[in-house]
Amino acid sequence: MNVKNFKPAIVYTIYIAATPEKVWQALTTAEFSRKYFSGFAIEADLQVGGAFIARAPDGSVHISGEVIECDPPKKLTITWNVNWPALVEKLGPTLVTYEIEQTGEAVKLTMLQSHDRDISEDILSGGRQGWPAILSSLKSVLETGNALAIKMAPPERMLAALKEMGIGTP
Amino acid sequence: MSKPDFVYVIYIHSTPEKIWQALIDPEMTKEFWGRHRNRSDWKPGSEWRHQNYDDADDVAVAGTVVESDPPRRLVLTWARPNETDVSRVTFDIEDFMGSARLTVTHSELSPEMLSAISGGWPAVLSSLKSLLETGASLPMTRRNWKKAS
Repeated sequence: MNVKNFKPAIVYTIYIAATPEKVWQALTTAEFSRKYFSGFAIEADLQVGGAFIARAPDGSVHISGEVIECDPPKKLTITWNVNWPALVEKLGPTLVTYEIEQTGEAVKLTMLQSHDRDISEDILSGGRQGWPAILSSLKSVLETGNALAIKMAPPERMLAALKEMGIGTP
Repeated sequence: MSKPDFVYVIYIHSTPEKIWQALIDPEMTKEFWGRHRNRSDWKPGSEWRHQNYDDADDVAVAGTVVESDPPRRLVLTWARPNETDVSRVTFDIEDFMGSARLTVTHSELSPEMLSAISGGWPAVLSSLKSLLETGASLPMTRRNWKKAS
């Protein structure tokens, strides 16, 4: 897999009153992710080629991926593949990159969701809806200790588009 | 070719009323919006100005209030002084499960304006969230920065 073939389709930037190390920890450990990511546990073997998993509260593996670039606490690139039948086969892998920069007294966190082919807006609507909620909540956890008590509705538009392509969805 | 839109969504543990107030109260905007204030009577058709908190003659952006439906929706035209590009900014504020969702849509942008504002909105709105949730904005947004938008 050549990272250079991937282009960002969704970019989200948020500034957080925290250190780069804390933001890194929040992105890569279950202790934090359970709070801001709907109870999902991030389990990451933080080395290139290591496994990257998001485990649902019921214990099932929802997202499985691999660490592609790992430069703590500045940059992490992972494959982010939702475990729905035929998804990767039809859409190709999804790449997620987190860039963490100290800017003055805050940290600038940029998330890029990238693909190696054109992905329809219907399918991208899932990420466009999800990332702001997840990362807004991550910021709240780091700044206040409390996550936002928001639960996202299932991304119906994305699910309908995936179903149409013959991708298995819940 | 249609001009691109910039859309930014952020979730804030607050109420639509407090978010609306934060957008128009100079004592709050000076904390999260580069030491600027937004001056208007916020009635449709009225003018509005984004100006230096300490110097009313230093106007960074000006325009017209297109729609004003507190605390849900505010639509403004947006132009820098002496520039012909006029864009449009829409603030949509919704209750969302005990928090609020703020969506800022900056539309009818020239490529130059798109690149100028794409860096600014995330910093300003992240700082607004910090101010409402913690009582303290992000320090970098308390200072007047040149070319603030």
